[in-house]
Amino acid sequence: MNPYLPHTPGDIRSMLDAIGVSDVDALFSDIPAHVQSRNRPLGLSARDDLAVHRHLTTLAERSTGRGLIPFLGGGLYDHFIPSVVGHILSRSEFFTAYTPYQPEVSQGTLTWMFEYQTMICELTGMEVANASMYDGATALAEAVLMAHRATGGKVVLVPCSLHPRLREVLSTYAWGAGLALHDVPYTEAGRLALDGVPDGTCALIVQQPNALGVLENLAGMKERLGKAFLIASASPIPLAVIEPPGFFGADVVVGEGQPLGNPLSFGGPLLGFFATRMEHLRRMPGRVSGQTQDADGKTGYVMTFQTREQHIRREGATSNICTNSALCALAATVYLAALGPDGLRRVALLSYERAHDLASRIAAIPGYSLPFRGPFFHEFVVRCADPERAVRKLRQAGIAVLPPSFLHPLGVHDGFIVAVTEKRTPEELDRFVVALEGK
Amino acid sequence: MSTIYDHGAPGRQAVALPQLGKVEQGLLGAIPADLRRRDGPRLPEVSQPELVRHYTALSRMNYGVDTGFYPLGSCTMKHNPKLHEDLARLPGFADLHPLLPPEACQGALALLWETAEHLKGITGMPGITLQPAAGAHGELTGMFLIKRWLEDRGELGRRTKILLPDSAHGTNPASAAMVGFTVVSIPSDRRGMVNLDALRGALGSDVAGIMLTVPNTLGIFEEDIVTITDLVHDAGGLCYFDGANLNAYLGRARPGDMGADVFHINLHKTFSTPHGGGGPGAGPVTVSEVLVPYLPVPEIARKGETYHLDWDRPKSIGRVHPYFGNVLVIVKALAYILSLGDEGMRAVSGGAVLAANYLKAKLKGAYKLPYDQLAKHEFVLSGEGMGNGVRTLDVAKRLIDYGFHPPTIYFPLIVKEALMIEPTETEPRETLDTFAEALLSIAAEAREHPELLREAPHETPVRRLDEARAVREPRLKLDF
Amino acid sequence: MIPKELKYTKDHEWVRLEGDKARVGITDHAQKQLGDIVFVELPPAGKVVQQRDLVASVESVKAVGEVGAPLSGEVLEANAALSGSPDLVNKDPHGQGWLFTMRISTPTEASALLDAAAYEAFVASGG
Repeated sequence: MNPYLPHTPGDIRSMLDAIGVSDVDALFSDIPAHVQSRNRPLGLSARDDLAVHRHLTTLAERSTGRGLIPFLGGGLYDHFIPSVVGHILSRSEFFTAYTPYQPEVSQGTLTWMFEYQTMICELTGMEVANASMYDGATALAEAVLMAHRATGGKVVLVPCSLHPRLREVLSTYAWGAGLALHDVPYTEAGRLALDGVPDGTCALIVQQPNALGVLENLAGMKERLGKAFLIASASPIPLAVIEPPGFFGADVVVGEGQPLGNPLSFGGPLLGFFATRMEHLRRMPGRVSGQTQDADGKTGYVMTFQTREQHIRREGATSNICTNSALCALAATVYLAALGPDGLRRVALLSYERAHDLASRIAAIPGYSLPFRGPFFHEFVVRCADPERAVRKLRQAGIAVLPPSFLHPLGVHDGFIVAVTEKRTPEELDRFVVALEGK
Repeated sequence: MSTIYDHGAPGRQAVALPQLGKVEQGLLGAIPADLRRRDGPRLPEVSQPELVRHYTALSRMNYGVDTGFYPLGSCTMKHNPKLHEDLARLPGFADLHPLLPPEACQGALALLWETAEHLKGITGMPGITLQPAAGAHGELTGMFLIKRWLEDRGELGRRTKILLPDSAHGTNPASAAMVGFTVVSIPSDRRGMVNLDALRGALGSDVAGIMLTVPNTLGIFEEDIVTITDLVHDAGGLCYFDGANLNAYLGRARPGDMGADVFHINLHKTFSTPHGGGGPGAGPVTVSEVLVPYLPVPEIARKGETYHLDWDRPKSIGRVHPYFGNVLVIVKALAYILSLGDEGMRAVSGGAVLAANYLKAKLKGAYKLPYDQLAKHEFVLSGEGMGNGVRTLDVAKRLIDYGFHPPTIYFPLIVKEALMIEPTETEPRETLDTFAEALLSIAAEAREHPELLREAPHETPVRRLDEARAVREPRLKLDF
Repeated sequence: MIPKELKYTKDHEWVRLEGDKARVGITDHAQKQLGDIVFVELPPAGKVVQQRDLVASVESVKAVGEVGAPLSGEVLEANAALSGSPDLVNKDPHGQGWLFTMRISTPTEASALLDAAAYEAFVASGG
């Protein structure tokens, strides 16, 4: 008997009798017979738990990339995840619950959502955050749709240094909504070169740091935009020590929250964070938890400002989003609480320090250089004559970096990009340098 | 209700990290002054025992499928198999970076390919994308696909309307609106099904398509489903099926055989993956032949025993997800499909429909049943006329006192005081009996002791909360 | 509570006619249907509207009531008190809970509005 299906033949008989039908198939008489007769089974027989475990384990072990030392970034980073995160996530009262529509039996979820919103506002320097989006790319796309609704503009200024995957998802959403993307080039330093702001602009996007790893200076940008939105797509770990976009007047700050306590997961599930200003609250997509009181005056939390959402406002909603990335947001909450301000600062600075250490050692190797003068954080581009060969040399030493083709859409054809987190040891940095120095 | 910020003391932390290197103090100074953060983020400072106790305490104020019966209509809150959680944590999936070249991720690509083939077979449709991260994301992807199809045929400016039954989920109109379609509502008939005359009247050369939920949100199968899809196709439109209710006919019928052109599958409903308190889920989309050229890139393709990414789809809508979709959710769905096999999948829909009709039979004397049809996996009662001013909300809150999670309430909108009950196939008969007894007892209480309902719940960490206050005096984060 | 001196629409709005001007709100019946009003969105002064254009919305926690212009014309003033106290619509729907005033451009439209008796009958019929 299947372990997930508890009805015995006796149960089924008595239930059928209570309903007044002869057999289970009779309960499907409303599905046209010719539709049912066209059904084709997959040819799968049921497997026992051991066989299922074996099949999935075999697949998992076939991915050789897992065994390499990762100097991989591009928006997703291999940071240390404290054990406490996984243990709290595996409390099934959290992960087997639905969206907290019944607040009296959902105070656990609603309380951590409130904590998460607080922490995201603290990281980004913003006033209000939603309880999560699918990922950093769709969060950015939704921010642009929100800017369009708020300003009426149909032009989006998009840096040429924006992460190519963010741009691809954004361009699908923008096409769907009838918006035009205008490229904004970058300087020789690798920083945004904003020339002018055309009429009808609804938003300028700035990525911090950008896909070349270079940190942008946001000072004065909002002032040049008029009523158009300044939307920042920010990497969360650097925000521990870098002035957050909210301090420069950003209207929306979004980003990929995976580095906060979530595994790489082959790219999903991820965590989109989304923060804005109170003046834009009613245009914000996504769920939000708010503090209030119960009938006895006791503090509690509810999902609030729900008239923005699809289940009430339908085609007038601020977004169609319903299910989001709640459990990943819980991971981020526990991660930030576990590290605290000092721990997060330390993760950021360790990553910064080791990245800069490695960068300067690579730049000292003949034939290798750092093409962008702009300041970077924990990821940087290396220029060399034959990047494919360099990546192969690293691979032979058991080291993984992103394929050089990652940089092609960014206009870089003579380099590759390296990311360093606090997990990379001094020995691994040595190994990296030795591999590049070798033939 | 304390938050994590109410615990701890300055200097505490819950994890030991490596020391900074040579420039411990000076390093922050290495960051250019114009970028350096002046005031650090205010985060909790707690030791590990405080951290664990706080979140354990929070978890105990939650109700999950593992806590008890969760008959939330339209949400398919079935048991979440424990084996799957272990499988999703395997390092070969969980620790794999998605930008590695395909040769380094063959196992993960095989997982995706294999799941995709099964989902195509289950839905009877020839094309698929696994990218959508949730059901609504799948709907949006479907709307993008229909828009691209119209664009390709030169009909974009002309076909601007999407038809929707008045019983539709709110995500449907919201998804259509995000792509610029105008939504036209089609009324239901007395049986709770699409009114065919109204449909015929609405169809025309300005219609891009229809979005249908099958069975619909009353839990009723559209007996005229093939007539409906034929009518829409004859009028030059396409048919989107919202797959939230696939659990009702899994392994017995296929949307592709009913005339669907786009179908989204909520893996976190039918395929048993946990809801996570509101995600992550996954919303793969299968399509008919006509929409295959427009699917998102890249396609995961197989040549012999080797998997690669195929970008050769010039008419594609592009990406809807930065990588491959919610892979760890897909791991669990594949494990579920394999453990069930064909017979198991039939048994799932059989058990789900059996449980729903069983509960309906037990309850229909005590509660109004506005549409007394054969139910599929769920059915809708009404709390109207309970007496003493008792409303559905009161019934729902009183159920909490009996130890159950309430059903979905006030949806679908076409039933006044709706109570939408979806038991799923994973509940033992005894649980269904206890639940039915609770609802019968509450119906009696509504007549004799209505205050018990109006003041419910009684034993929860908080009582009914003032939602108006939450909007009038917004507190959406801590004020420091 | 259906004041005799006001005119009404079948969308449950009231209109107080004052020469070529009109004051507009939602009826007591409408506010009861919505429940606790928590937010009111009003049109800017100077907005030119056609009869039945959606110009305002009145929100409770779980519902949104869209308010159409009962007459064509130009919005003169929105009730600023509602931004801080949206519950005035609950407490005094026909008085302090008014939504906006407007200058009427097509006076003939006003003659088609319902009087109190007709509105009362409309509500009683389940409208």
